[in-house]
Amino acid sequence: MNVRSAARLSLAVRAPSEQAARPVVDIVARRRRDARQRELQVLGLRLLVAVVILGGWELGARTGVIDKFFWSQPSDIVTKLWTWVTQGTDLGPLWDQVLTTFEETVGGFIVGSILGVIFGVVLGRNVLLADVLGPYIKGANAIPRVVVGALFAISLGLDIRSKVATAAVLVFFVVFFNAFQGVREVDRNLIANARILGADNRRLTTEIIIPSALSWIVASLHTSFGLALVGAVVGELFGATAGVGELIYAAKNNFDAAGVFAGMALLAAMALVAEALITALENRLIRWRPPVATETRI
Amino acid sequence: MSPAIELRGVTKRFLTPSGGVYTALRELNMIVEPGEFCSVVGPTGCGKSTTLALISGLEPPSEGEVDVLGKRVDGIADGIGYVFQSDAVFPWKTVLENVAAGPRYRGASSGDARTRARDWIARVGLAGFEDRYPYQLSGGMRKRVALAQSLINGPRILLMDEPFSALDVQTRSLMENELLGLWSASSASVVFVTHDLEEAISLSDRVYVITAGPGTVKSNYKVDLPRPRNVAEIRFQPHFAEIYEEIWEDLRDEVLVSYERQKRGAA
Repeated sequence: MNVRSAARLSLAVRAPSEQAARPVVDIVARRRRDARQRELQVLGLRLLVAVVILGGWELGARTGVIDKFFWSQPSDIVTKLWTWVTQGTDLGPLWDQVLTTFEETVGGFIVGSILGVIFGVVLGRNVLLADVLGPYIKGANAIPRVVVGALFAISLGLDIRSKVATAAVLVFFVVFFNAFQGVREVDRNLIANARILGADNRRLTTEIIIPSALSWIVASLHTSFGLALVGAVVGELFGATAGVGELIYAAKNNFDAAGVFAGMALLAAMALVAEALITALENRLIRWRPPVATETRI
Repeated sequence: MSPAIELRGVTKRFLTPSGGVYTALRELNMIVEPGEFCSVVGPTGCGKSTTLALISGLEPPSEGEVDVLGKRVDGIADGIGYVFQSDAVFPWKTVLENVAAGPRYRGASSGDARTRARDWIARVGLAGFEDRYPYQLSGGMRKRVALAQSLINGPRILLMDEPFSALDVQTRSLMENELLGLWSASSASVVFVTHDLEEAISLSDRVYVITAGPGTVKSNYKVDLPRPRNVAEIRFQPHFAEIYEEIWEDLRDEVLVSYERQKRGAA
């Protein structure tokens, strides 16, 4: 074998491994580039949707297609918000109003969730109690519960308590039904296993049933925070001295459509912040669950 | 010496959701000696799992008596380990917490339970995986967790319900060998439910054949293959083939009966 053929041979041996290595790098790089491009595309399209809707609204209002008096226009709403931020509202500084509503919402959310979990777990564990109370709970759930806000406004007064109570009632039923269902759906095998391993009834509840029901309960917290906000705002509509709901109510009485929309924007912002907090809480509470593909969530 | 497990004339009936009565076991008699590794084979739906539920005390018998370690079974007895067919490790606990659960439920301090759990995790070959959650493990690894979870309590009776049926063949014979190793280091009696006759023979001292449902013992065979065994190789011994053939004669008829019934049920 001469030198040349030996070189060719070594080349022939080396070549396949190089060929194999390159495409892998290419694929990874391309995947990453594609993902980034998609992200930008989604972001761009989102902006476009906002521009089309808000721009169309603004344009419609300016050309007279949309009646400004009833439907306001984005520029007025932004101006209104800016006035509230810089000069305060009729009810006092804007921050106080937001904080008041936030306190009422979070208070109702916490009270309602805790009661919901307790009742859900107790009734889920006790079949007799569930059978006895079942029809009453279903009946109470069937009436439009926001009306209890009126009752609380009479009995608890115009301060924070009546709003917390209204929000708590709305939250309670959602969390309760989820906790109840979660307890009922606990894997029989897990319970049998825990009992064989020596768990008593208390351990069974705290270590098997509640953790197992937790994914149901946490899923319900997303919905129920929105409901807590509804409860707080409705409570304010029934009578209050401060809060975003009261701001909206006052704006309505002044035929100030921009004020109503500005209040709605504040509520939406609050809900988004809370949603992020609950997602963080969810990830902490159920670390043991396999991560969900993020694209499928909305 | 009294047997580790004794079932005398045991019948178990269940109420079906439609209101009928389903007899899972009928007049079943079975004896497991202390330290014996005993397998139960039979066609699907013959009440093999029910037998384990009765021994463990998870279910009471409708008729007959179940004695475990010389005492009548009334509720879940001490000294029992149970490895379930499906995954029964707790998904919200890490491997360490899962294995430490038994000692903690039985009153050990948290530190003591963790120390013992680490030891058992190493013994089933999972050292380094203590902080993983079950979803991060393979099926075979989860079975190891389940084994450690049961064995850490030092059970004198170990009940296993088709524990390896979901594993691939290679992992399975590996786990079977490890099970035999762990068992020989203990003095536990084992009742091992399986539908796989080869698995039953290669692991056991004795094999019970259960009839098509309602299940009762059709026959039982002593497996006199020498120990220690290597399950991957023992099946090539001529004596293994003889035992297999003998038991299969019995089992085949029951499997056929069960199969015919299923076909008729489906038609």
